[in-house]
Amino acid sequence: MAKKLTTPINEETRKSLTVGEEILISGYIYTARDAAHKLLVDAIKNKEKLPFDLIDQVVYYVGPTPAKPNQVIGACGPTSSYRMDKFSPELMKRGLNVMIGKGPRSEEFIDAVKENKAVYLLAIGGLGAKLSKTVKENTTIAYEYLQSEAIHRLKVVEFPVIVAIDYLGNTIFQ
Amino acid sequence: MYTIKRKTIIETIKDLFIDSAYNLDEKLVSSLKKAKQSETNNLGKNILDRIIDNQEIARNDDIPLCQDTGVSVVFLEIGRELIFDYDLEEAINVGVRRGYIDGFLRKSIVKHPLNRINTLDNTPAIVHFNFIPGNKLIIHVAPKGGGSENMSRLKMLSPSEGEAGVIDFVLDTVKKAGGKACPPLIVGVGIGGNFEKSALLAKQAIFRSIDDNAKNEVDQKLEKLLLEKINKLNVGPMGLGGTTTALAVKVNSFPCHIASLPVAVNLQCHSARKKEVTLIGKKINNTN
Ligand code: SF4
Repeated sequence: MAKKLTTPINEETRKSLTVGEEILISGYIYTARDAAHKLLVDAIKNKEKLPFDLIDQVVYYVGPTPAKPNQVIGACGPTSSYRMDKFSPELMKRGLNVMIGKGPRSEEFIDAVKENKAVYLLAIGGLGAKLSKTVKENTTIAYEYLQSEAIHRLKVVEFPVIVAIDYLGNTIFQ
Repeated sequence: MYTIKRKTIIETIKDLFIDSAYNLDEKLVSSLKKAKQSETNNLGKNILDRIIDNQEIARNDDIPLCQDTGVSVVFLEIGRELIFDYDLEEAINVGVRRGYIDGFLRKSIVKHPLNRINTLDNTPAIVHFNFIPGNKLIIHVAPKGGGSENMSRLKMLSPSEGEAGVIDFVLDTVKKAGGKACPPLIVGVGIGGNFEKSALLAKQAIFRSIDDNAKNEVDQKLEKLLLEKINKLNVGPMGLGGTTTALAVKVNSFPCHIASLPVAVNLQCHSARKKEVTLIGKKINNTN
């Protein structure tokens, strides 16, 4: 049976997660891809206000297809995480310590995960239609001009993920 | 002489892209189902199950299979008896624009690789033209995802490296791609030609039907051997281990220079969306 978690996910909960474990996440999560990551890191450098409070929040690397008039969201599977590797450590330092994406991460990323007691979760790539069924609310909260790369706040119910890198830096990847 | 109306081209391209983004090819679905039976890793089996489930949801509820509805690739086989009194490539781009807007597909193309400004309609498409006998126009389309495309590679081998060199390069490419290319894959391999021809051969290879045979015996043998070896790499569904790393390997070859052995590997993820259609030209009454 998969473990059920509700966001935000604090350090104590993160430390209870082990590699390979399946988890169902419910609550609010935030979407961001490369372009939004760059803007967030720039905002931190320039000491600007961030579009959402990062502490213990969950970021999901996704650029969905546009929602049809009767839909909350379009297809919304994960994008490759490695493109976020150079931005993630800065965001982890500010508390954004739960990340969902697909594929392996760099050594530097894993070091930052250990330092910040973070966790990296895997969503299955190419399940855009199926995953869209877990999204109940979808609000654009920043960088709307980035289109599919804007930051959205999603309310999800039992969004399925697998623990891929735990707070000790153990990984599911060989 | 024969022709096909611009309007027909636009509508056809639009429909093909929408259809391909929502409905996975039945042959591919059967291949996924077969793989699910033979997969030995439980997590791998479970992932294959979800992939099969995903395509059913996409088909029934009209949701794109994957959020990455790709770069729009089009191959045209143009009957030599056809004439077009309009810009065929422009008509295709109009079709792509309509398809991506009306079909609620994601627009993933930027105007310049360095300035990264979205074109907002997924144009321009990448169009390849070829000529065939007769008055038919065969159109193949594929919305090709970025994840697997980014893991594709090309290498100019030395002829002495031979078959072993080709095999090593293909295996290394699949291994390095790991979960990033969203396996199970269809592995397109182009050998021979020159630098750009090998890449084109590899792309054409992934457009082939999943159950067809290579044109010659050498390529057929290589396909079988590669598939066997790839599925022993333990990459598995989504790179989490297992016996299903590739559903098929497709090898296309072409004559090449005495000093060269180009090899290109184009990876296609499990969301292997493609469609084709054949249009028949209408006779033109030449009154001049
Ligand atoms: S590699 Fe394929 S299945 Fe994976 S996210 Fe990209 S398009 Fe979708």
